[in-house]
Amino acid sequence: MNHDAYDDNYIRSILNNVKSIAMVGASPVNVRPSYFAFKYLAQRGYDMIPVNPGHVGKALMGKPFVASLADIDRPIDTIDIFRNSSHIMPVVDEALKLSPLPKVIWMQLGARDDAAAEKAEAAGLKVVMNRCPKIEYGRLSSEISWMGVNSRTLSSKRAPIPTQGMRLSLNRTSFGGGQTAASDRAAKNKTETT
Amino acid sequence: MTDRLPGFSTLAVHAGAQPDPTTGARATPIYQTTSFVFNDADHAASLFGLQAFGNIYTRIGNPTNAVLEERVAALEGGTAALAVASGHAAQLVVLQQLLRPGDEIIAARKLYGGSINQFTHAFKAFGWNVAWADPDDVASFDQAVTPHTKAIFIESIANPAGSVTDIEAIAAVARKAGVPLIVDNTLASPYLIKPIDHGADIVVHSLTKFLGGHGNSLGGIIVDAGTFDWSKDNKYPMLSEPRPEYHGIRIQETFGNFAFAIACRVLGLRDLGPALSPFNAFMILTGIETLPLRMQKHCDNAKAVAEFLSTHPAVSAVNYAGLPGDRYNALQRKYAPKGAGAVFTFSLKGGYDAGVNLVSNLKLFSHLANVGDTRSLVIHPASTTHSQLDDAAKVKSGAAPEVVRLSIGIEDKEDLIADLDQALRA
Repeated sequence: MNHDAYDDNYIRSILNNVKSIAMVGASPVNVRPSYFAFKYLAQRGYDMIPVNPGHVGKALMGKPFVASLADIDRPIDTIDIFRNSSHIMPVVDEALKLSPLPKVIWMQLGARDDAAAEKAEAAGLKVVMNRCPKIEYGRLSSEISWMGVNSRTLSSKRAPIPTQGMRLSLNRTSFGGGQTAASDRAAKNKTETT
Repeated sequence: MTDRLPGFSTLAVHAGAQPDPTTGARATPIYQTTSFVFNDADHAASLFGLQAFGNIYTRIGNPTNAVLEERVAALEGGTAALAVASGHAAQLVVLQQLLRPGDEIIAARKLYGGSINQFTHAFKAFGWNVAWADPDDVASFDQAVTPHTKAIFIESIANPAGSVTDIEAIAAVARKAGVPLIVDNTLASPYLIKPIDHGADIVVHSLTKFLGGHGNSLGGIIVDAGTFDWSKDNKYPMLSEPRPEYHGIRIQETFGNFAFAIACRVLGLRDLGPALSPFNAFMILTGIETLPLRMQKHCDNAKAVAEFLSTHPAVSAVNYAGLPGDRYNALQRKYAPKGAGAVFTFSLKGGYDAGVNLVSNLKLFSHLANVGDTRSLVIHPASTTHSQLDDAAKVKSGAAPEVVRLSIGIEDKEDLIADLDQALRA
């Protein structure tokens, strides 16, 4: 798996197939990106579970916080990790102890741990790093185009009207998902400067 | 399975546009409205707090403008774009995100005259200083870098003489200095040159010119390449620091590789106000659908006219990068192999008076201060745009008394050549 540039169909198949998402590092503070992403994904119909030991006893959009993945009382499809790269590995280790195993480990925009990714993939999980599920969902459904973002998708079909709780269609024709010359260059620049 | 990558012409027609969700309208509707209703108080708060995607008020965003933004972002290969009222507004909004009073920008000496004015006078009043460098001497950019440098600004094909800039060499200087490279791609359009492929971090356009293409609507756009790390050394606090007007959100942390376009929208356009009319966005979108067809015809016509002028007895010199002997011909073949654009200058043996006579004798060419129209345009800078300068200053700015600038349209080239020939003989 090339973690520098994901094929849109890889991201799309994950977002179309997972139903529950445990968000590790979810924040009840409404200016944190984890809060926006949690709220957006809940409104798009995902079963969201906020995981943060510092906020046990509180709730996020009516969903009670749990202290750790082990405290979740039902099988989880996806672990979305809102932590810095240096805090990824312990979360992945914890995820790999769950039974049944989750299907996807998703590391948030800015977070990447290749060793943790390798470990999760070796256990049969899919891994996404340095991406935001809210941005990817918005991009692949064309909703994010309202912000002038290049969705890198085309469609000649009528656009769906997004409403509360509705899942947008993610089935648009994609081109070069994440593999624009610009993203290749950004990845290359990063390698050259480190 | 990966879908195939659409070609440039397909993107020019389709990118960003989709049949309207409520009516099924196939052409992009003109959403001529100032404002958009909220679903409820929570929805309103989410939109204002940048927590949800959606429309609030046309000064911040509009669905017609959003189609234009996505289309140009796709054509340029960027992550996102922001449409504004003019090319000048685009430059203002870009630099507002990057510069504080006392900061500097290094700009190529060969720029559109309006940009030289904007940088020299208007921006100086904001405390933004400009250091001029010579686009034909890459080392001059390197030498101009100081600890206050925040960006480098060039044109891909430079006004007025159509000279081609070595974008990759200047991009290397910008990378070494740790600042973004901004490229004004107005005269090339993404059909001829895609600056992001050559190292640009930000692309700006006057949409008024070849992209709109019909001389009927002003507009400008900013394209974010998604390549620059704004948080690396805290040089760009608008993007890296918590924003008090948005409850402490950090723009890059929240929006990742399209953070610059978002900053331009929610910190620049929202507060400075140069919004593009949705009607103009519609006109420009319609123009872009035929950009590949028009741009090729512009270039083919310009080459034929330049070849004609280069052998004309009344002409002493032609500056057109598409001619084999031109000093920019090698750069043109590297960066713009499909054509050298349609704006160039030539010199008359008869000097100032010959320039004035030529302009008044032309019957098809329009005498006006614009470029990139379907119609062919002419201007004699020494008697118009640069008339306030003394002769030495005119020569230095490329507007010597004998110089005439053309913007070649998409008419039949035989008619353009015949018009120039009769006017030169009259």
